[in-house]
Amino acid sequence: MITLEISKKLHGSDGVMSLDVKHSVNRGDFVVIMGESGVGKSTLLRVIAGLEKAEGSIVVDDAVWQGSGTRMSVQQRNVGFVFQDFALFDNMSVKENLLFVKHDNTLADELLEMMEIAGLGNRNVQMLSGGQKQRVALARALMHRPKLLLMDEPLSSLDPRMRRKLREKIKELHTRFGMTTLMVSHDIAEARVLANRLWFVEKGRVREYDLSYLDTLE
Amino acid sequence: MIEWTPFWLSFKLAALTTVILFLVALPLAWWLSQTESKSKPLLEALTALPIVLPPSVLGFYMLVAFAPSSPVGAFFEDVLGVKLVFTFTGLVVASCFYSLPFMVQPLQNGFESLNRHMIEASYLAGKSSRETLWKVALPNIKPALLTALIITFAHTVGEFGVVLMVGGSIPGETKVASVAIYEMVEVMEYGKAHIYAAIMLGLSFVVLLSVYVFNHREKQKARML
Repeated sequence: MITLEISKKLHGSDGVMSLDVKHSVNRGDFVVIMGESGVGKSTLLRVIAGLEKAEGSIVVDDAVWQGSGTRMSVQQRNVGFVFQDFALFDNMSVKENLLFVKHDNTLADELLEMMEIAGLGNRNVQMLSGGQKQRVALARALMHRPKLLLMDEPLSSLDPRMRRKLREKIKELHTRFGMTTLMVSHDIAEARVLANRLWFVEKGRVREYDLSYLDTLE
Repeated sequence: MIEWTPFWLSFKLAALTTVILFLVALPLAWWLSQTESKSKPLLEALTALPIVLPPSVLGFYMLVAFAPSSPVGAFFEDVLGVKLVFTFTGLVVASCFYSLPFMVQPLQNGFESLNRHMIEASYLAGKSSRETLWKVALPNIKPALLTALIITFAHTVGEFGVVLMVGGSIPGETKVASVAIYEMVEVMEYGKAHIYAAIMLGLSFVVLLSVYVFNHREKQKARML
């Protein structure tokens, strides 16, 4: 169970606004976070990961990640994070990207196999296509077996065919690794396939909607 | 007959300065590239000072600071047993100040040009700032790293004003190539000065050319990917 009570000042397109979140997430939830650009969706993920500071508290199971004067570093939180721009280590091969996180050859091979890129292990990551890069990024994010996976528009830079394929992969990984996942997305079809909960961010406020709300968006 | 000692001294000075500065400037450049501290502009301005200050001004202050009568000079002489004025050691210390921006700035620019998410991905993987620096940041800024090393080396070889002020011109100790050329001109030994100057010119050009060729090739490689 993750309890979020976060408040952070943001400099958005409409001037200064406040990001306010008071929600909890259950273990195994797949929360898709939607909303217009620049309303604080990415910031929310970054605050949870520990990449940005904010007021308030974050409690994961019984561990206080933030609150009552303490703040766990990003290194201690052990979250998986997938960026829109992949953020792979360009100086390393595909497999080295995975092993850098944790020196676990068996898990690395298993993840590469699952992502159908087992043959690319020795390839320089700069030589890969966008879809291949994002599969490496996903596999890398799971190398330390995170309980919480955060994804910031992971599929938005890929072509429609690859998006469809990878969202199935994400679904499979979410279940197989028993994770709780928060994913920022603009894609209604993606939300339909993946989400069991839906959050909308509107000018810094996060509101939960029933999944049927997606029907009204089309 | 060409006396090679001044060249040897110049290159020894440049090599030592480059090694020491790399170790000192690397954490500084990394910190400057990552920090959001309000003291960043102050440190950047201090680091860049040697670029704009006349070498004679820098040399003068260092001469004053290194003198046994000053606290710095007294500390080095009494505690460490090292004389800094008119010695090779003093030249190395002075060169480290003089060439500091030429090591810090390319490294800092290199680090700042890296994809911020790549650095964050390393932190998310549980790696410390130091490990991220050595295993992720540094290997991804090779052209900037080479530029920093070579320009620092070349700039130290080309140093004149500071060296003359702090080191004087003691043969075999502080009389580096640039000072030797100055002295030859003073005593009107133009023939020798020509040879020395031509050697310096040739070496400097070759060094710079190699940096630019390397960086050009790296850029082409990156474009082909």
